[in-house]
Amino acid sequence: MKFSFGTLLKEALSGHRGWPRQWREPEPKPAYDVVIVGAGGHGLATAYYLAKEHGIRNVAVLEKGWLGGGNTGRNTTIIRSNYLCEESEALYEHAMKLWEGLAIELNYNVMYSPRGVMMLAHNEHDVRIFKRHVHANRLAGIDNEWLDPAEAKGFCPILNIDSRLRHPVLGAALQRRGGVARHDAVAWGYARGADALGVDIIQGCEVTGIRRAPSGEVTGVETSRGFIGAGKIGVVAAGHTSVIMAMAGVRMPLESFPLQALVSEPVKPVMPCVVMSNTIHAYMSQSDKGELVIGAGTDAYVSYSQTGGLHVTRHTIEAIAELFPVTRRLRMLRSWGGIVDVTPDRSPIIGRTPVPGLYVNCGWGTGGFKATPGSGHVFAATLARDEPHPIAAPFTLDRFVTGRLIDEAAAAAVSH
Amino acid sequence: MLQIRCPWCGEDRPEIEFRYAGEAHVVRARLPADESDAAWAEYLYLRTNPKGWHAERWHHVHGCGRFLNAIRHTVTDRIAVTYKPGEPRPTIDDQQGPTP
Ligand SMILES: Cc1cc2nc3c(=O)[nH]c(=O)nc-3n(C[C@H](O)[C@H](O)[C@H](O)COP(=O)(O)OP(=O)(O)OC[C@H]3O[C@@H](n4cnc5c(N)ncnc54)[C@H](O)[C@@H]3O)c2cc1C
Ligand SMILES: [Zn+2]
Repeated sequence: MKFSFGTLLKEALSGHRGWPRQWREPEPKPAYDVVIVGAGGHGLATAYYLAKEHGIRNVAVLEKGWLGGGNTGRNTTIIRSNYLCEESEALYEHAMKLWEGLAIELNYNVMYSPRGVMMLAHNEHDVRIFKRHVHANRLAGIDNEWLDPAEAKGFCPILNIDSRLRHPVLGAALQRRGGVARHDAVAWGYARGADALGVDIIQGCEVTGIRRAPSGEVTGVETSRGFIGAGKIGVVAAGHTSVIMAMAGVRMPLESFPLQALVSEPVKPVMPCVVMSNTIHAYMSQSDKGELVIGAGTDAYVSYSQTGGLHVTRHTIEAIAELFPVTRRLRMLRSWGGIVDVTPDRSPIIGRTPVPGLYVNCGWGTGGFKATPGSGHVFAATLARDEPHPIAAPFTLDRFVTGRLIDEAAAAAVSH
Repeated sequence: MLQIRCPWCGEDRPEIEFRYAGEAHVVRARLPADESDAAWAEYLYLRTNPKGWHAERWHHVHGCGRFLNAIRHTVTDRIAVTYKPGEPRPTIDDQQGPTP
């Protein structure tokens, strides 16, 4: 069904009893042209664009838990495109342009809200790096501007710019087109769109093996619900990518770490924008429900525990309480962790692998939500044509052999 | 927060006294220039990143200042054993399972 003012009105008048299910719950078929492993935002977007733009509709998305239950449903939803390297600028800006039209494209309100993302500089090094970002972005036609401390406070009035802080605010880089979106709605919107085009989304179906022909190419996946044949396999499993790629004998340049977030009790609107501080590992925005959504750092060590150390969130809370004194007496309602897959250069890997028929889209680490539409779009093209989409082309797996890294690690510190 | 037994100090100490130093037993070639690009990439970048027992290095920065190795389970975070660098990697009886 198509959402419109008319359908909303009709349902409002008839007690909202007529809304249909948004996607089917199909039994797996014996085989598909393409099997996507992982029904996060990136996997679902990939399936959607495969069906929509490449006419490949005999597609399954396999999910071990529930769709959107991985990092897609656990992240702090910051969207921006002001990265430093040209390759990244192209990739994240591609996503940004898709965000701008996504609710209409999907006929689903993803609540994309470009309220501005402000990144704080706390020392001379930050100031120089961020100014360099501003200049590089403007050369690439991407909006990013430098604010002095008073202007930063003007943009976010609850910010503390007292010069005696442990980490004083020396200025900020502001991307006005940056913002947030509703994470669940992104997963649901793509799931609904893909399902309507014939894609089977199979939840509660864990991939446990990858079957290969004697000549090496993939023939399908072993799952908790039996063998499913596949012409091509796209692994889009975030923190679990190394585990799945090991099933095909491929070692990855990835490490998986828990990344945490937490939300406060709801309060009236106090925060009109998103503020990030890479230097002290703290990010904050306010949800439509009124909760302050706070992003923390990663644990230091490899882990799949989907929790994280208390000292990590404590460190973030200390920083938040200093930067935003109004938060000091707020209670925190929930905290949680997600497992993020981090590459050595902090840039993603999108494309082919040494195994014929096996493709991977991973390494988005702490910052891939913002890329969801663009990532799915370029990965679908790569899968469909068996050659990298031009924007995805630099993000190959073999850049770690050739040495052609896309070093956002130096540019963006840990956080994205 | 983890409790880590430093095999040099012989004490259980909180994680924040240590710095994580990545996967253990990753051996650097004696003459990197003689390595193929693929072998060098393997050393620099490829990691096991297992969901299960992991051999890893820790640096007791706020203690004795020395490095140590640990075998830790990456789902439960249980540390089965710590040992000194240069000692062989102990085998963990997986049948026992990682009791948290
Ligand atoms: C706390 C936190 C805050 C973050 N904040 C931001 C932010 O502000 N902005 C931003 O841009 N990014 C942020 N990120 C990163 C972002 O969430 C991720 O990069 C992005 O959501 C990854 O999407 P995905 O679809 O690739 O992964 P996921 O949503 O994790 O999807 C992968 C799916 O694969 C499934 N899977 C795994 N193994 C198997 C298997 N064997 N068989 C079948 N299915 C399997 C999982 O269950 C999961 O649903 C944050 C992440 C976290 C954890
Ligand atoms: Zn010690």
